[in-house]
Amino acid sequence: MTASSRPTLICQGISKLYPTRSGGIAALTNVSFTVRPEEFVCIVGPSGCGKSTLLKLLAGLIAPTTGQLIFSEPAVPDQPRNALVFQEHGLFPWLTVLDNVAFGLETRGVRRQERQERARAFLAQVGLSAFADNYPHELSVGMRQRVGIARAFLSNPQLLLMDEPFSALDAQSKLVLQEELLRIWKDHRTMVVYVTHDIEEAVLLGDRVLVMSGHPGRIQEEIQIPLGRPRDLRDREQQDVRKIAWHIWKAIEAEVREDLRVAS
Amino acid sequence: MAHLESNRSGSARRFTGRFLTEDSPLHLPGSDAWLVGIIVVVLLGAWEGAARAGLISALFFPPPSVIAASATALVRDGTLPMNMAVTLERLLFGMLLGGIPGLLLGQLLGRSPRLRAVINPFFAAAHPIPKIAILPLIMIIFGIGEAPKVIVAATGAFFPMLINTMTGVQQINPIHFEVAQNYGASRWKVFTRVILPGSLPFMLAGLLLALNVTLLLTIAVEMVSSQTGLGAMIWLAWETMHVEDLYSALAVITLFGIGFNFALQHLRKRLVPWEVAT
Repeated sequence: MTASSRPTLICQGISKLYPTRSGGIAALTNVSFTVRPEEFVCIVGPSGCGKSTLLKLLAGLIAPTTGQLIFSEPAVPDQPRNALVFQEHGLFPWLTVLDNVAFGLETRGVRRQERQERARAFLAQVGLSAFADNYPHELSVGMRQRVGIARAFLSNPQLLLMDEPFSALDAQSKLVLQEELLRIWKDHRTMVVYVTHDIEEAVLLGDRVLVMSGHPGRIQEEIQIPLGRPRDLRDREQQDVRKIAWHIWKAIEAEVREDLRVAS
Repeated sequence: MAHLESNRSGSARRFTGRFLTEDSPLHLPGSDAWLVGIIVVVLLGAWEGAARAGLISALFFPPPSVIAASATALVRDGTLPMNMAVTLERLLFGMLLGGIPGLLLGQLLGRSPRLRAVINPFFAAAHPIPKIAILPLIMIIFGIGEAPKVIVAATGAFFPMLINTMTGVQQINPIHFEVAQNYGASRWKVFTRVILPGSLPFMLAGLLLALNVTLLLTIAVEMVSSQTGLGAMIWLAWETMHVEDLYSALAVITLFGIGFNFALQHLRKRLVPWEVAT
């Protein structure tokens, strides 16, 4: 493995304004938070609260209107600042699983033979070897997401970003893949920002949960999760997990009801 | 890790467990080919019988055996091969002259909404013109040699290639560009790993359409302004009432069409293995 650095991520006063004819819509306003090395941070909030916008900003796909993203250490050659796992359709349909997984190495100029060897080795680690030469459409949705996650980890980013990676899955597959994600993550300890609308998922996966609210998007509350690592996802039945999840639901319930025009 | 060194191109070694969707084969003339063959034989037989029995006029519909005999003679004396070669040559040059600019321009227009807004009105105006109608104008400009024939044929390749390539680039899911950007792909990588494969299925569809339209235009041009080629052969057969020759030329043109379709389907299977065949 090449040299890698583990910086802290500092987001300072980030706002994102989308211009419209009547002035502009604030997708995010004054968002500030810090993610420490090896920390798994979940961002939860109702739809339309700007959490996906925030993730795209962190991924460098769009630029903030004001504020800045700071990594506490300079960039290292051979290590990207971030890698984003997309919600769906993140794999290239025209590349085999192997070439998809190797893509992060390919864009950094790793020779074909080396990147394929490393991709094969990684696929073996996550039990996907048998599918190396298949195309994404031949795989189930859940397996495609596993490939997307493998691609992100293999590129060895300083920051791993995940945009509701399991939201298209059924509850059982989701549970299994959450466990799988934690298992892979424990070997890498990459700093993670994980966006979800699933409150229980946020509490079970994260060291810390940032609760967002919308119109305009902002961070409403920050909650430290009192569960240790390695984490057993059967902890979802624990009393304090239920309590935190209920607390978060209460924090965003009013907004969800208002968006749906359902009175309480 | 020797067991991991599987052969990338060998589809036989790909996993085909229950997780995988059915890899449905392309509907090429294969399992049902014999049925098609029987229908063709029956139709030809009925034609032969009806013509010999005098149920249909043998003058307009000479029996297939007579057509075959005439075709054999035309092949022997070199008439048919020569005219085939001439038509194919015009077709090929027309495809190159029209298809390549169409493809390049389509790639350019597909990526630039601004360029599309400026240039599209002109193509929208030019596209519906029956291309054969500009032949006299082209002949005034380029004379009466091979040039005007190939140029008119080229217009048949240009528009389908342009429009399909442009559409192919436009319909690429924006997520694929975001993935490439997120992994820091260079412009060249974006082109080779996203744009080219993403638009390839549409480009192949455009290629087939271009081949068919170019063949049509080539034959039409040959009918009105050429002494050689299959189109000219048909016209001459009409003028001299050699109906069997006319059918021979028609049969060859039909075979061209079938051949293009068949070749393109194979090319598609080869070049676009990730698309589920429908």
